[in-house]
Amino acid sequence: MEQPVIEVRNVHKSFKLVQAVKGISLKIAAGSFVAILGPNGAGKTTLVEMIEGIQKPDQGEILILGKTWKNNEDELRQVIGLSLQETRFIDKLRVSETMSLFASFFKLGKDRVDEVISLVGLEDKRKAFVVNLSGGQRQRLALGIALLNKPKILLLDEPTTGLDPNARREIWDILNKLKQQSGTSMILTTHYMEEAERLCDYIIIIDKGEILKEGTLDQMLNDEQGEKFVEFSLKNPPGQLPTTHEFPSKISWNVEDSKGRFILGKVDSQLPLFFDYLKNNNLQLNDMECRRLTLDDLFTSLTGRHLDE
Amino acid sequence: MNKYFANSQLFQLINAHFKELIREPGVLFWGIVFPILMSLGLGVAFTQKTDVVRKVAIIETNDDGSNSLTKSDSLLNFRAQEISDLSTDSFNYSITIPDEQLGNTTFLFRKTNWQHAMLMLKRGKINLILNEKDGKTEYHFDPLNPDAQLSYIKLSALFGKNDIKPVTEVGSIKPLTLTGTRYIDFLIPGLIVMNVMMSCMWGISYGIIDRRSKKLLRRMVATPMKKSYFLLSLITVRFAMNFVESGLLVLFAWFAFNISIQGNYAALLAIFMAGNFAFAGIAIFISSYTANTEVGNGLINAVVMPMMVLSGVFFSYHNFPDWSIPVIQKLPLTMLADGIRSIFNEGAGFGEIYLPFGILTLSGIVFFSLGLKIFRWH
Ligand SMILES: Nc1ncnc2c1ncn2[C@@H]1O[C@H](COP(=O)(O)OP(=O)(O)OP(=O)(O)O)[C@@H](O)[C@H]1O
Ligand SMILES: [Mg+2]
Repeated sequence: MEQPVIEVRNVHKSFKLVQAVKGISLKIAAGSFVAILGPNGAGKTTLVEMIEGIQKPDQGEILILGKTWKNNEDELRQVIGLSLQETRFIDKLRVSETMSLFASFFKLGKDRVDEVISLVGLEDKRKAFVVNLSGGQRQRLALGIALLNKPKILLLDEPTTGLDPNARREIWDILNKLKQQSGTSMILTTHYMEEAERLCDYIIIIDKGEILKEGTLDQMLNDEQGEKFVEFSLKNPPGQLPTTHEFPSKISWNVEDSKGRFILGKVDSQLPLFFDYLKNNNLQLNDMECRRLTLDDLFTSLTGRHLDE
Repeated sequence: MNKYFANSQLFQLINAHFKELIREPGVLFWGIVFPILMSLGLGVAFTQKTDVVRKVAIIETNDDGSNSLTKSDSLLNFRAQEISDLSTDSFNYSITIPDEQLGNTTFLFRKTNWQHAMLMLKRGKINLILNEKDGKTEYHFDPLNPDAQLSYIKLSALFGKNDIKPVTEVGSIKPLTLTGTRYIDFLIPGLIVMNVMMSCMWGISYGIIDRRSKKLLRRMVATPMKKSYFLLSLITVRFAMNFVESGLLVLFAWFAFNISIQGNYAALLAIFMAGNFAFAGIAIFISSYTANTEVGNGLINAVVMPMMVLSGVFFSYHNFPDWSIPVIQKLPLTMLADGIRSIFNEGAGFGEIYLPFGILTLSGIVFFSLGLKIFRWH
């Protein structure tokens, strides 16, 4: 591909007790929307803040538009728009005043402020104090501030966490509009599968500071044509499933909900093998469900956990 | 308004911080009024000592050759111990009245002329002047200062008890309501400097730590905002507020108590600004690292509390032990308080305040640059 807008090369970051990011590399092409998906504590915020130049990697290199943060900070700040996972703006400042303040940092005037306020749908809240905004309105304010400078690169850390489905959809609409109109590249972190599926053309799943899997949505879900996801429970659940050689898929057994899960490559040839496996090990099937693969299933089969756990 | 100006970072930052301040009455109350009330309580608690030292100036009578000893002369001859150290501000005689129940009272006497006695009174080194004229004893003190009243009562009792000529006519009281010598004249400059310190420390320090803990600081520096403008705007807003608040206080005191500024106005402004600058520097320094508002509280208190108690905001620091006075006089709040008091009450000008002015400005610069070096924006 042509020069990527963001290139991350083998980046590591540790805190006192944890290795938050353990050797992540990625490239983001111009104009693409990328989702970084992962459960709590996966290292999403740490990774994104290193890309934003807010945290420094212990090891590895990050290039934005081919430039490092060191020596190019002033230039890069002009073209990046971002929202942090959690920011509380000045309580007793009105929406329009808060926007104007941030606009002035980019030498932008009232016209752009008005434009953005209507873009994020806060027209009837422009005179409201920030402290009196609802959660969704605050997220839209943060998004608006991220969009003020018409950024080439947009980095959003969990822009819809904690919102109800309606508020979440409103933010998706704003971002989808942006995707159609401008050449912005975006990285967004999220716990929500649906968000990644709706907004992004490339998905990176990370857990415990490492990339588990990445690709386009289609690539991920249709790696092998006709993959199915199987979930089953047993009448006589064991503490641990016996290992198997005759059955090819990796079965993950969740002790908490007493359910087993695996991904089936070919239903016609592989499903009988599964029944043989149960019989050989004296396991009695209680219930079984077989359906098309979703991202959540993919994640669960990779880690044995749900994404939003 | 000029469009470029209205869109400029600095203007918008000042505007935002100013609006934030005036829209939050709680900030004004908890940041300023509450510390005043609390320190008032502390101040009272600290003045109640069991062993009391009362300092008095005695006006030396002109030697008219009559050879007759004044009452005070004979009292001092009979009862007092002479103190040999004769530096300008020390005392010549001391009398200790033992009292097992209420604590000892020690009177320190200084014989001096009227002019010097007044200066000592204005500075709070003494609170009573004794003058003997034509065989009568005159007591000069501020009747609104309860401490001075007590000195008067105790001293007149002492005079009666000593088999010196019984006083038939009670010594006449000459209330010192002359501007510049009353307790209120001492108090107003104290309140001004306390307000400057509190407002800088709580306003600037707490403002920075709070923004850091809310991740707002981190968000702001993730834009092309000039970091120096951010700090400058916080400081500017505080300076302006302090100026207005002090002005109102002086205006009020002028109406209510008829206080006046006897010295140079420009010098007053200069030392006021230097004091603001020093405390702004200290505020930036102590808020340069922590993101925890409770640690911030502790740090601010650690700076503010000792000076509140020691620097002579409500009562003269000359009541503290002698060895501590030189240390106390080097505290920034003491320098500012003494400087402003000398301009208000002693008619001082640039000649008297250039030293504290220089030291305060310099410490502002030092703390500011140290703070910037270790400042944590994220
Ligand atoms: N400043 C820090 N000091 C110590 N540990 C940290 C710090 N920041 C993050 N961590 C740790 O690093 C790991 C990754 O944290 P990070 O915030 O990147 O996760 P995340 O994927 O963004 O999680 P979430 O979905 O909850 O936002 C976690 O274990 C976290 O506790
Ligand atoms: Mg996070």
